[in-house]
Amino acid sequence: MKEIILEKLNVQFSTAIESVNEYRGELTIIVKKPKIRDICFLLRDDPQLQFDSLRDVCGADYYRHDDRFEVIYNLYSIPNKFRLRLKVRMSESDIHVDSVVPVWSTADWEERETYDMFGIIFDGHPDMRRIYMPEEFEYYPLRKDFPLMGIPGSLPLPRK
Amino acid sequence: MEEGCVTMGLDVSKDSFFTTKLDDIIGWARKNSLWPMPMGISCCAIEMMAFAGPRTDVSRFGSEAFRFSPRQSDLMIVAGTVTYKMSHVVRKIYDQMPDPKWVIAMGACTSSGGMYRSYSVVQGIDLFIPVDVYVAGCPPRPDNLLRGLMEVQAKITRGEKPGQKEKIYVPEHA
Repeated sequence: MKEIILEKLNVQFSTAIESVNEYRGELTIIVKKPKIRDICFLLRDDPQLQFDSLRDVCGADYYRHDDRFEVIYNLYSIPNKFRLRLKVRMSESDIHVDSVVPVWSTADWEERETYDMFGIIFDGHPDMRRIYMPEEFEYYPLRKDFPLMGIPGSLPLPRK
Repeated sequence: MEEGCVTMGLDVSKDSFFTTKLDDIIGWARKNSLWPMPMGISCCAIEMMAFAGPRTDVSRFGSEAFRFSPRQSDLMIVAGTVTYKMSHVVRKIYDQMPDPKWVIAMGACTSSGGMYRSYSVVQGIDLFIPVDVYVAGCPPRPDNLLRGLMEVQAKITRGEKPGQKEKIYVPEHA
């Protein structure tokens, strides 16, 4: 399965693949950000691959100068019983990535969660709002520079 | 009968009259019909259901009528982790309850934030509502919550106003 995936991706997206890593049977492909949606369409629609299920979208903050943030897509092909992990990296200065809601509609809330926690903006998302934190909250809590106990006064309590 | 009279604050006279203070008899009625507002937010709510169930049987204390309308209840049992987002809901429900009203903070999260020392969890509900009794445990056993209820009853018997005077802490192995 791994060979088929890499072969298919290399035909169309050979320049978009940054690295391929396999660890304990889990295949991870780091791809270039502008191509993520096209790659997802290919993985979903190819009759041999059929990655029909997006299991999760999440973010990561490595707190470094270049490529600080990462968005991770965990895919599953139900017909092939195969898991695949895609990653895209981005810097804080360009914190946009194409939404994959047109590919899998289940990405809707997961991308909203990633936006809420890391501030990563998904272009083309139908409803890019916070999902956990209050609308007027100004910070992104899972960023490494956000203190664990929060910023005093940023979340209002009711009057006693 | 004699014992019952004492808790009601009654004096038995020779002519089968009872005399008492109005506050005492109202307090006696109140404490034996504390209708809880089950503010079951997370896992403590499961123990709160057991507290109403047949084994601990809170109807022995007159509190079996769990009201899901705040307007019909006078004891709020806050059972679970209160986040900042939820705190406004808890406060609104508290405000909708008629006076006099009492609050039990059930469990570690509700009393102090518990293991959630985090930006999203209120570090104790007494930051935004007055609390009468804190019940320890994670979650507290139903019998411990029963003890918490009895502490509220004792508070009413003593004629204390809700949310005032000293706080009562029910330890884990009371």
